[in-house]
Parts: sequence; structure tokens; C-alpha cells
Amino acid sequence: MSSVIRRGIGMNDRIAKLREQSVTTEPTLSIERAVLVTEAYKKYAGKVSVPVLRALTFQHLMENKTIVINDGELIVGERGPAPQSAPTFPELCCHSVEDFEIIDRREKIYFRVDEETKRIQKEVIIPYWQGKSMRDLLFNNMTEEWKECYEAGIFTEFMEQRAPGHTVGGDQYYKKGFLDFKKEIEEEIAALDFLNDPDAYDKQEELKAMAIACDAIITLGRRYRELALELAEKETDPVRKKELEQIGEVCGRVPAYAPRTFWEAIQMYWFVHLGVVTELNTWDSFCPGKLDQHLYPFYQKEVAAGTLDRDRAKELLECFWVKVNNQPAPPKVGITLKESGTYTDFCNINIGGIKPDGSDGVNEISYLLLEIIDEMRILQPSTNVQVSRKNPDRFLMKALKVIREGMGFPSVFNTDAVVEELLRQGKTLEDARTGGTSGCVEVGCFGKEAYILTGYFNLPKVLEITLHNGTDPRTGKKIGIETGDPLKFSSFDELMEAFKKQLHHFVEIKIRGNQVIEKLYAKYMPAPFMSVIIDDCIKKGKDYNNGGARYNTRYIQGVGIASITDSLSAIRYHVFDHKNLTMEKLLDTLAKNFEGEEKIRQMLLNKTPKYGNDDDYADSIMLQVFNAYHDEINGRKTVSGGKYIVEMLPTTCHVYFGSVMGASPDGRLAGMPLSEGISPVQGADRKGPTGVIKSAAKMDHLRTGGTLLNQKFTPQLLADEEGLTKVKDLIRTYFKLDGHHIQFNVVSADTLRDAQKNPDKYSSLIVRVAGYSDYFNNLDKALQDEIITRTEHKSF
Amino acid sequence: MHQGKVFNIQHYSIHDGPGIRTTVFLKGCPLNCHWCHNPESMDLKEQMIYRIQKCIGCGDCIVHCPEKALSMGDNGIIRNEELCTLCGRCGEVCPTNAMEKVGKTASVEEIMAEIEKDQVFFEESGGGVTFSGGEPLLQPDLLIPLLDACKNKGIHTALDTSGYARWETLQAAAEKTDLFLYDLKHMDQEAHEKYTGVPNTLILENLIKLSRMHQNIWIRVPVIPGINDGEENVHRMGEFVKSLGIKKLFLLPYHDIAAGKYALLGKPFLLKGVRPPAKEKMQELKELIVPYGIEVKIGG
Repeated sequence: MSSVIRRGIGMNDRIAKLREQSVTTEPTLSIERAVLVTEAYKKYAGKVSVPVLRALTFQHLMENKTIVINDGELIVGERGPAPQSAPTFPELCCHSVEDFEIIDRREKIYFRVDEETKRIQKEVIIPYWQGKSMRDLLFNNMTEEWKECYEAGIFTEFMEQRAPGHTVGGDQYYKKGFLDFKKEIEEEIAALDFLNDPDAYDKQEELKAMAIACDAIITLGRRYRELALELAEKETDPVRKKELEQIGEVCGRVPAYAPRTFWEAIQMYWFVHLGVVTELNTWDSFCPGKLDQHLYPFYQKEVAAGTLDRDRAKELLECFWVKVNNQPAPPKVGITLKESGTYTDFCNINIGGIKPDGSDGVNEISYLLLEIIDEMRILQPSTNVQVSRKNPDRFLMKALKVIREGMGFPSVFNTDAVVEELLRQGKTLEDARTGGTSGCVEVGCFGKEAYILTGYFNLPKVLEITLHNGTDPRTGKKIGIETGDPLKFSSFDELMEAFKKQLHHFVEIKIRGNQVIEKLYAKYMPAPFMSVIIDDCIKKGKDYNNGGARYNTRYIQGVGIASITDSLSAIRYHVFDHKNLTMEKLLDTLAKNFEGEEKIRQMLLNKTPKYGNDDDYADSIMLQVFNAYHDEINGRKTVSGGKYIVEMLPTTCHVYFGSVMGASPDGRLAGMPLSEGISPVQGADRKGPTGVIKSAAKMDHLRTGGTLLNQKFTPQLLADEEGLTKVKDLIRTYFKLDGHHIQFNVVSADTLRDAQKNPDKYSSLIVRVAGYSDYFNNLDKALQDEIITRTEHKSF
Repeated sequence: MHQGKVFNIQHYSIHDGPGIRTTVFLKGCPLNCHWCHNPESMDLKEQMIYRIQKCIGCGDCIVHCPEKALSMGDNGIIRNEELCTLCGRCGEVCPTNAMEKVGKTASVEEIMAEIEKDQVFFEESGGGVTFSGGEPLLQPDLLIPLLDACKNKGIHTALDTSGYARWETLQAAAEKTDLFLYDLKHMDQEAHEKYTGVPNTLILENLIKLSRMHQNIWIRVPVIPGINDGEENVHRMGEFVKSLGIKKLFLLPYHDIAAGKYALLGKPFLLKGVRPPAKEKMQELKELIVPYGIEVKIGG
């Protein structure tokens, strides 16, 4: 247990200090960005095209935002005016003063909001933005039926208060500076054919906007250079003085020019990151993707030249780690908070995997990054290892040694499956190989794709509505279609047919809404800065939010596959096959939330074939549900000509989706969480991890854009080399079976129970939630309980 | 059709031989070791266990019992052992599995189907199946066909045995077994009989013979404080194992997590109060054996 709560070790004094500041600073809300954005809109809106308006707004931000160099740091730049200070984005979501009060006061995931901030929000921000934010626009454009489904918890909507993003940087800005990008943009403008190309004007405006965005980020670099030199002038400590001069030199180089050194490369990425997350509140912030592969050439060159050693490289990377951790995800409210209740902003660094030519991509930096994760023990960035059959076991073993420390970092991905998934979606082989995973588990081609998560989809809720012939039993509202009185179903197949019809109905409502939302963002919320760095926006003269990327994919994430499988299995087994129960009795019992019917509940829990035990009775039902969901969504066209693909992951949405549901036929009580990811229902897997893996692998992961499998192991299972080796073999086997991803909580339920009782004792206990890790104390009680009840695999 | 009594099939078994293994526990044992951590394995025939803390008092078991052997008492269900035929119907209907039948008759085909589910893990990890018990050699009619079936499928086999069996049976099994996990409990004849119910003569003789025909034997010694952890005994073990040319020995520290199972089965637990050996003690014992040229590992 002590290893679980141990603070970071091994780092030098500089990093220890920066880290301490990062983890102890209370998150605050900063109104500065909102004020600057409002100023820019007041000045430019209506006078210039929308892309140019967005670019000028971005420029206004880069020219005027408070900049700061924290004591001792080597990598510079904050999203807000100070560490842990989060900006707001009134153009996306204009908070009410009451929202601010809730954000300030709520027990978990709070941000301190001072009185002055509230006053400005009330007097300056709200009067301008009320009714004009994307959130207002979006809800005004949704149909009544969409709103009813949204409120019923059939699905969520990612873009209702944050912008599309979910994209990851490629290698472009390690090879080019923003002056180079600007030159390319100007060449495209010069080549526009106004005589023959009807879109020439739109392209011109977009390209002009991109050019302004390049200038803007260069301005930010220049300001940091000036600040560093100014501080150096005043600095009395000669060592720090030298460092500040070096920072000035680095910022004099990047982002205007391509980086030459390891330090410049990291700073370059960080400027790009800040640009993306300041321009808009993109989901999953931004991410460097294959950081080890991007940085390795700089490392190699400098180590050979004797200008860098391993320790210095590590120190620079740890400075970068602190920068990422300094940026909590901006405050969320409402359902968005429920589906993603965390400070983590999902910058998920990929380590290992393969190179664009298909060869083993593990290098010295890969091992260095693993060491850093272990040393830093910090919430952000998220990390994952990409494991290909070509990667050495040594790499996976080293990752497992970090995993067994119990933080849930790094998660483990099957690179070979990721490549196949991308190929199936139509990417070229090289682009597929430059891809990876981001956010929680989502695949995409780094630097070349807009792959947008559009919302979670509540599969068990669709069954609940099917069992009530189109009515939501919670509200009595008829939000589905009539698919038949369930009491009259004479076979399980009839029930499945009804479910599929209901599923079709709700998926179409979701996608109709998505199409409108996609259009709204294309029209009103272009992202010219992000467009500069994602291929082929410049070439196409098209914005990232308007199909400018080489590939455009939209995901809808299915939640609760195990809960619905076990529910259907229970109906099939007890109602149709064994007639232990009539449908009427079952529905009546569920309506009563099993009150006075504990015997039936126990029978459903204990005497039903369940998913997660390599039992085809249950697993074949899982496949039927998965295939129905997949076939309903896969390949549908998005507005910009991209495709819809399914994913299977929940973040924290399984808790919210469970809260809008009554009792279910798998024995789950009303309001309790659903299963998460593709993991079995908490406690339903009774045959150990091999059973879970076999069941999970029956799903065709290659037809998804990502699946999430959580496993909880007791620390003893990974205590020695032999235990680790066997977990490694377990992972390799899952990957041989095309499993997409697996992650581990290596902590005992007893420890978690103790942590729940004594939060102060466990202030640094980090656990795996679903696709990310979080401080146990940051989780709400329902989620804490859910993690405790997950099956704990023990040693035999 | 070959069949026999098993009481558990454990997947992801990682302490019963190399790689990821599936351990098949056969029921019934001629020994009666005081420390046995699988007391439910001792009897060849099935047993009923009842966990009162799981019982919700629904009475379904009473209603469904064809022999009317069950009744409700102050402390939950009472089972009349004279009437009970161990048919297991009560366990089938019990919604919470408070009433559970331990052990069932299974065919070679059924057991193989369960084993083969894990074949992909065996192949990746260099694992396989381990037959344990009870004493698997007590049911040669089940064990030998299972070993054959595994060989046919290319599955690595390990046999976890007390060695207390007819030599002919052991010899037949040895021809089809890749690895032996052979228990040595005590070198002293009298002590062995006292704590396991049988003398060690047959066990030692069998091991001598086995070591002449089989290259792959791991010795496993359960370390029971106060019973077999004396220096003299340990030295005798080292000498004996060395004389057979066996190179690998595991010291398995005694643990008391099975105590609760004895209570459920209504069996007396004779080692009450014995604490698991300290880490340092295990290390000391290891160091006594290493000089015999044997590779010693602590734990499974």
C-alpha cells in the first residue's frame, strides 16, 4: 500500500519544487480569456469573415494574454494567467453567475471563482454572449425529440460546451516553423483560381485566417522571449540568469522557426499545445502523440554532439510534464460534467509502437518516459504504451513495472490492431502507422485526421425502453417507437428484433442532431490555428472544423455492453429457456426495484450466464448487441464526407447513464452504475482474467475505433518477475486475439475502502477510472463504489 | 466414456508450473494432511457446503429437496445427512449459492472443453494444464485419458502429486506427463504418518523410481512451522533430493486461509493457532538446501 501512496521520487530539486507547486495549487477560474475574446468580437464581428474573426480573436489573445515564467521552470507558457488557472470560453458556453457559484462551491472538480470574476461575468460577458454561444445555438437547433432523448439519458452530446478536437499532433512542427507554414499558406492564396473555383473566396478567407494564426503564435513566442530576457536582466542568481537567457534564446527560435535542439523541440510542442487549447476548448485538449519518436532524432543528435545528456533530457521532459499538469480541463457543467467528471484533460502520450516504415519504434526516449511516469506520479499527462508484436518484451515488462505501482499508468494498447482498425477505415498504410490512440482509447491518424467523439450512447437504456414498448419508465414519456408489447413476445429473437428497431430509432435521432452540430461548428466556429498543423487543411484551404483534415471520422461511443448483455442473457435464460420467471413477473419486479423480491434478484445475479466468463451463452448475446450497434452506425456519412464509426468506452458516463435507469434484468438496482467499457459487469466475471479476455476478444475490435477493458489485480499478482511475466503473456494473448486495449488497477479493494474512509491518508492515491487515471479523492462516491466493486483478480 | 470426480477448474493459475496454466482439481486423497489447504478435496465423494452468511432464508432448497432432508433451524438450514443423497438439487435452486455442492462427476470431454478454452494462453506463455487434487493418481481412469487428450492437443501437462499411489499408476501417468510437481512433506516416517495419515515409504520409493525414468521433476515442500521446518528434516530432504539428481525445489510457506473451509465442511482444523512462517525463516531454510546444488524457490 505504501507504494501506492508514495509521492514522486528520484526527481531533482527543481522538478520536485515545480511538481509540488503544480499539485498543491488550488484550481481557479480565470476570466481573462473571456474578456479578451469579448473585446475582439466587439471590435471585429460582422466586419470580417468568420474564419478571419476567429483568427483575429486568437491574435488578440496571443498579444494580450498574461504571460508568466514560473520560478525555476525551463519550458514556459500557461493556458491561463498562472498554473492551475483555467480560462473560460464564452463563445462555446456562456456560464451564468449561478454556474460560477456552483463551480466554486461544488465538492469535487471545483474551481475557485472570486467576486471580481463573477462581477465581470455578469456585467461584461453575459450581456454580450447570452443567447449567442455555441451551446445556445446548438440547443436552439435541436428538435424536440432530440432534446427528450438527451434529457432521458439515451445519449450525450460532446459539443454542447466544448469544441471538436480529439486530435493529435504529427511531426509537422518539428520540421517546420510557423514562418514556413505561413509561406505555404501564402502560396496557396496566390494560387487560388477565382475564375474557375467557386469556393475560392471561402478558401481565401480560411487561408488568410490561418496566416493570421501563424503570426499570432509567433507573437506569443516573441513575448516569452522578451519576458525571459527581461527577467534575466533582473536575476541575481547567475545560474538562473543563464537559464533565463537560454529560455529567451529558445523562444527566439520557436515557434517562428523549426526547432534544432531537444529543448527547442519540447518548447515548440508546448507553444502549439497552448495555441490549440487557447483558440478553443477542444475536447481532449491536445497531445504530442508519439513523443518518443518525435524527440528521438533531436536527442540522438545532441547526445552525439555532447550538448545533451540523459539527465538533462529527463529534466526538460519533467518540466514539460509539470506544464501539462498545470492545465486542468476547463470547468464543465451539467451532463458534460457527469460524463467526464475530472480535471484530467486527456493529453495522452503514446510511447513505443512502430515507426512509419513499420519497424519497432521503441527507443531510448521510450524508456526514459516510463521512468518519468514512475518518478512524477502526477495526474497529467495521461500515458499509454503502444505494444506491437514487433516491440521487445523488455519494453512491456518495463511498462508493467510502472503499472504495478498502482496509478493505472500507462494503459496498454495493441498497436497492430490500431493499424488494422485504421486501415479498415480507409487510411493508407503509412498514415495508419503514424496513427495511435488518444483521449481514452480512440484511434486516429496523428496530424492528419479530425476524429471527433460526438457522444456516449446508453445501450441498456434502449433495452429498458424496448421492454416498455417505447416509453421511458422513469418519466412515463413516450420517446421511443412502439416495438410491441413485451408480454406478447414468444421468443428471445422477437425481443432482439424489437430492440434493434428501437436502437435504429434512437441512433437516427442522435445522428440527425450530429449532422446539424457539425454544420454549426463549420459555419460559426472555425479553428484556423489548429488547421495550420493538421494535414491537409492548408492544401484544401479548408478549416479543421469543416472537413479540412485528410481524414474525417465521427465516433459514437457505446456504453454498458456488459450490462445489456447480462440483462438479455437473464431474460433469455430465465424467461424463455428455463421459464423460471414470466416476463410479466420480471417487469413487475424491476418496476418495484426488487423490493420484496430479493430471491429473484439473487437468482438473476447468481444463476445467469454472464459476459466475462468465456461462456458462449452470454457472449453470443454480447455479439448480437455489438453487431446491431455497429451495423446501425458504421459507415454512415458525416456532413463533411467522413464516416461514422463505433467505439466502446465510457469515461465516467456509465455512472450517469446508470443514474437515469431503473433496475435491470441483470440484477442491478435502480440508479446504480452500468458496466464500464467492454469490461464485465462489476463482480460478474468469476473465472479469472483469461475468461474476461476470451469474452472481450469475441467482439471484433478491428471494426471499432477503440474499446476499453479495465482489469483490477491485487498487488500480489504482479509482485515478482514471474507474476509480471505472466501478466505480460496475458496481454500478449489478448493482443493476439485482436484486443484493442487493456488497463490495470493494481490496488486492493481493501485499500480503496480504507481510502474512502480516510481520504486524508490517501491524498495522492491515483486509480484507473476508465480511459484515464484520477485521484481517488476526486471521484464522486458512486464512482468510488463502482471501482471498489469491480472484480479483483487474485493470486492462486 | 471416461469420467470422474473433480471439484474445481482454476483458470489463470500461475503458481502450478511454467506459464499461464489451468489447474484441474481431482477430488479424493488417500492422505489426510493437517495443513491441507483444499480440505474439500479429501473425500472422493461430493459434499454439500452451506454458507449461512449468504443465505436469505427463502426456503427454496427445502421445497425442492426430493429426499426431504432439509429443514429450517435457528441457525439456517439443517441437513439430515442420513436422508441426503448428495443429489445437489438444493444447490441448483439456491439463488445465492449459499448451498453448494462441492465436486461433480465430469467426463474427459467436458473437462477438455474447459481446458481448451485457455489454449491460446498456454501457447503464448509456455503454460499448460496442471492436474492437482486431492491426489489425481487416485482416479487413473480419469487422469490417464485426460493426459492422453492433452498430448493429442499438444498441451503441456503437469502433475501435482503426493506420490502416494501404486507404482504402476504413477508409471503410466509419467509416460504422458511433461512435468511433475512432487510433494515432499516429511523425511521422518513416524512424523509423516502422524501428520498425513500415511507412512512415507511408498512416496519416497516412488520418487526414486520416478527420478530414474523422468527428467522433469520439481519437488514441492509445504513448510509447516513446528512440523517439518526443523533443520534436520530439511537437511535430509536436501540430501535425498540431491541423491536423485533432481535440481529444482520449491518451499511453499504454510498459510491458514483454508481454516474457514474446514468449518464449512464440518471438519476439525488441527493446525489452529499455527502462524505462517516468517519470510526470514523461509530464507534460512532455503539457504540450508542451496548447498546441495539445488535451485530453491520460495513460493509457487
